[in-house]
Amino acid sequence: MSFADKLLKYQDFPFASYLAGVTGADIERTLAKEYLVERDFLNLLSEQAVPYLEIMAQKAHQLTVQNFGRVILLYTPLYLANYCVNQCAYCGFNVTNKITRKKLTLEEVEKEALAIAQTGLRHILILTGESRFQTPLSYIETCVRVLKKYFDSISIEIYPLTEEEYGQLTAAGVDGLTLYQEVYDPVTYDAIHLAGPKKDYRFRLDAPERACRARMRAVNIGALLGLQDWRKEAFFTGLHAAYLQDKYLDTEISVSLPRLRPHVGNFAPCFVVSDRDLVQILLALRLFLPRAGITISTRERAEFRDNLLPLGVTKMSAGSCTAVGGHLEEATEGQFVIADERSVREIHAMLVSRGYQPLYKDWHQL
Amino acid sequence: MEDKLLIGGQELESRLFIGTGKFSSHEIIPKVIAASGSQVITMAIRRVNFFNEQDNVLNYIDKKCILLPNTSGARNAEEAVRIARIAREAGCGNWVKIEVITDNKYLLPDNYETIRATEILVKEGFVVLPYMSPDLMAAKRLEEVGAAAVMPLGAPIGTNRGLMTRELIRILIAESKLPVIVDAGIGRPSQAAEAMEMGAAAVLVNTAIATAQDPVQTARAFCLAVRAGRMAFLSGPGAVQEYAVASSPLTGFLHKQGGE
Amino acid sequence: MQIRVNGNLEEAAPALSIKEYLTEKGLRPESVVVELNGQVVKREEWGKILLKENDELEVLRFVGGG
Repeated sequence: MSFADKLLKYQDFPFASYLAGVTGADIERTLAKEYLVERDFLNLLSEQAVPYLEIMAQKAHQLTVQNFGRVILLYTPLYLANYCVNQCAYCGFNVTNKITRKKLTLEEVEKEALAIAQTGLRHILILTGESRFQTPLSYIETCVRVLKKYFDSISIEIYPLTEEEYGQLTAAGVDGLTLYQEVYDPVTYDAIHLAGPKKDYRFRLDAPERACRARMRAVNIGALLGLQDWRKEAFFTGLHAAYLQDKYLDTEISVSLPRLRPHVGNFAPCFVVSDRDLVQILLALRLFLPRAGITISTRERAEFRDNLLPLGVTKMSAGSCTAVGGHLEEATEGQFVIADERSVREIHAMLVSRGYQPLYKDWHQL
Repeated sequence: MEDKLLIGGQELESRLFIGTGKFSSHEIIPKVIAASGSQVITMAIRRVNFFNEQDNVLNYIDKKCILLPNTSGARNAEEAVRIARIAREAGCGNWVKIEVITDNKYLLPDNYETIRATEILVKEGFVVLPYMSPDLMAAKRLEEVGAAAVMPLGAPIGTNRGLMTRELIRILIAESKLPVIVDAGIGRPSQAAEAMEMGAAAVLVNTAIATAQDPVQTARAFCLAVRAGRMAFLSGPGAVQEYAVASSPLTGFLHKQGGE
Repeated sequence: MQIRVNGNLEEAAPALSIKEYLTEKGLRPESVVVELNGQVVKREEWGKILLKENDELEVLRFVGGG
């Protein structure tokens, strides 16, 4: 049993005609329910739900406050390295892109950690490209041990691992996994992943589940919006989250909504995701999965992020930099252009001004 | 419309199970069963009272019904297993309702012993329907060990207080792959209808019928209520506007930026 | 000889079969279930099995229950 089996069930589903046939009455029926099923989620992603966005927002806000309080968890990404063997059309770290490749030494990791820790952050997300040669598991593990001195929660956003390897990292102190499927449509997936191990769609799809089985505490998934029809991709993302949540009751499942951003390379998104579209996805997700975390990263511009806050967001990155060695003097090109460059202090102030409590430390692994 | 309840390899048309306890006399039972339309009937096993021999209740149950002997009296898994084996040997068929109660004040079931008994009896080929306190983790464990259904209580036995545990039952219905049969506490037909509307697979009613002024009429009412509740569940809820739109809009910013 | 029936000690004639014991008690065989020393005894065997000293007999029946 894998999420792939679930996706298979929707292989022949007539999305276009279903979405076209959704009525206002359907939306109203969906909104009147306390617990939504898959069909309801799909209804809320349809064009016909747009007139109901404000009502959805009110309900989503209420649900989020009930389940999470007025609290936003802050974290920041730390890029350990940008070596990568994959040729992904949409990514700045694409192996064919002529950028400076760098991998932090342990000393540099320590310096970065110190710089970040001084901002007060206690939750960190470490990233690498995919290179088992340059950044093998042992390297990542060693970095984790260094970082444990500075941070209470370490999440990873690296190449997909086996269950045993996830177990190795959880033993070393990693408690969260972030892994985006990028695109759930297998045909598009194959087309944009031109070469490299990332071409293995199934291995990546099943990775979040392997992490759950390896007792990873938190698992965060998402699709890179813009690569395909956003309604379907958001739908499959929600289904994936629901699948993991139902099967692994004790794992904290959350969803990110990354939108394609300008980056090194020539790839332009084929499917436009407007601000309104992103809002709709966020609201539909919150209503379908009241207990899932939702993250908005610094791919989105400051003003927009602030407006998204009451709609269901539970985690935000702050003081972000997508370059390797970004907190040191010599940094590389970033993975993508950051639209919200505010510091941790500025984000903190913004949250407080809007009636939210910025959370720096959520738990502490004994 | 084909809406049969599939349990233990049997296709049932009636989603009302009834018990035979607490009746003023056994004689009324056949009429009650007929009025209820029930196909699954529970009974218990007790030691014979040599001084006052009474009828075998099985004589009053239509041969077409499925017998569901319960293990009432058992205080642990071993006793429940013993009673189940006795019932099967006596020709009751291989269905058994596990009822392990160590609490004489409220008659609440012991989930832990129930899980143990279920595991043993499933391996011996029984169709096991465990009576339990509506705990999701216990239900998942029962599913793992092969129970044919879960039977969470709506309220303590005999209290007729309805679905006091409705939120927990709702969670079981949503999360368990097994049929959820609400057993105990249902006091009125409307409560049985409510359980069915929530999505319960069936309900088991004993006290409310047996101790009613007119058990036969009450059985008929429960029969109709269970059917009505099931029909309502299958046809889906109507749209009831429960939300009010607050004064400060949360998506106004989208229009301000020109609907980008 | 002494046997225990439904938890109570009783005197019984030696080498009594289960069937004879039940008949003596005035019980109709169809209405009861018998367990001897923890094992259920099939109705066909009642005539053949003889009770011994210290045997534990459980004579049970089906009653109304929920």
